[in-house]
Amino acid sequence: MATLESQTIIDALEQQFPGKVVAVDHPYDFLTITIAHGSIKDVVRYLYNEPSFSFRFLTSCCGMHYPDAPQKFAMVYHLHSFTTNFRIRLKAFTNEDPPVFPTLTDIYKGANWMEREAYDFFGFRFTGHPDLRRILNMDSLEGWPLRKEFPLEDPFRKDKDDAMFGR
Amino acid sequence: MDVTNENKIPDPFPGTIHQTPGGGILVSKMDQVINWARSNSLWPLVFGTSCCAIEMMSTASAKYDWSRFGFEVARATPRQADVIIIAGTIVNKMAPVLKRLYDQMAEPKYVVAMGACATSGGPFFYNTYSVVKGADHIIPVDVYIAGCPPRPEALIHALITLQEKIKSGMTREQMKMEKPEQSF
Ligand code: SF4
Repeated sequence: MATLESQTIIDALEQQFPGKVVAVDHPYDFLTITIAHGSIKDVVRYLYNEPSFSFRFLTSCCGMHYPDAPQKFAMVYHLHSFTTNFRIRLKAFTNEDPPVFPTLTDIYKGANWMEREAYDFFGFRFTGHPDLRRILNMDSLEGWPLRKEFPLEDPFRKDKDDAMFGR
Repeated sequence: MDVTNENKIPDPFPGTIHQTPGGGILVSKMDQVINWARSNSLWPLVFGTSCCAIEMMSTASAKYDWSRFGFEVARATPRQADVIIIAGTIVNKMAPVLKRLYDQMAEPKYVVAMGACATSGGPFFYNTYSVVKGADHIIPVDVYIAGCPPRPEALIHALITLQEKIKSGMTREQMKMEKPEQSF
């Protein structure tokens, strides 16, 4: 089995997409590359097609919300290459609201439900997604429940007073 | 001929024996016999929505073995089930499905709310946007079980409680038919 070094991928990406690799990190020894928002799909397609990488499996993708950061929203992609048994994490940040990302469903069929989940919980839009609607929550739910500002319940509830529990 | 109640048949079969020459005659009420029969062959619906379902499966398996009490035939269709054990969290999206399953079950039907989630929302009582705070908001519940999750012994206890409830009298529907003005 061919082995793959993190540096090989970083160098290849920096050469293929000059200026689009925003940051590189190794949290917990896991190669994490932040890509400029507009190029995420090109990068994923390159990693998929390039024979020496062949990241042919999308382990997961999900949304994130950092209300206090300069770039509030992010998509995180975990890719897996079976031929080299190498895993990589890609991030792309944006400040748009609603955040818009290109869909990966034409590269990975499995992205369909995961992108629907990101839409369901964070309100991310995916251009080109074949069926973008809620997947886990009721259709009648209003708002995006995993955004930090989502009110979890009626703030006027009285039965949560600590006095009720002798505290 | 003397009628005596001395020769009572031991529990659980309802009724008394009247001794006559050449053998006894069993006297009982039809309702009681029906309830006795019903209570001893309760077929549960296969329905588990989260972690409590693991405990329910454990109750069904060899170590605890609820078939000792007449629950062995778990049915995968509501048309053939008598009791639905709500084993797990009911989320808003699941609520209409649970209601439909309950509506599809044939009368008489019974409901056991297993665990804190099915009883009240449990760990998800506060700060939730998705969990129904008690399955009794959707369908009427006969027996509640405390615990998170309840041990298999607790589930068996609840099922025996349900049997006793059935043996002790009428179903909710029968009560409604007898006294329609009252709500149960
Ligand atoms: S009561 Fe506890 S064990 Fe049962 S479904 Fe709820 S969280 Fe899980």
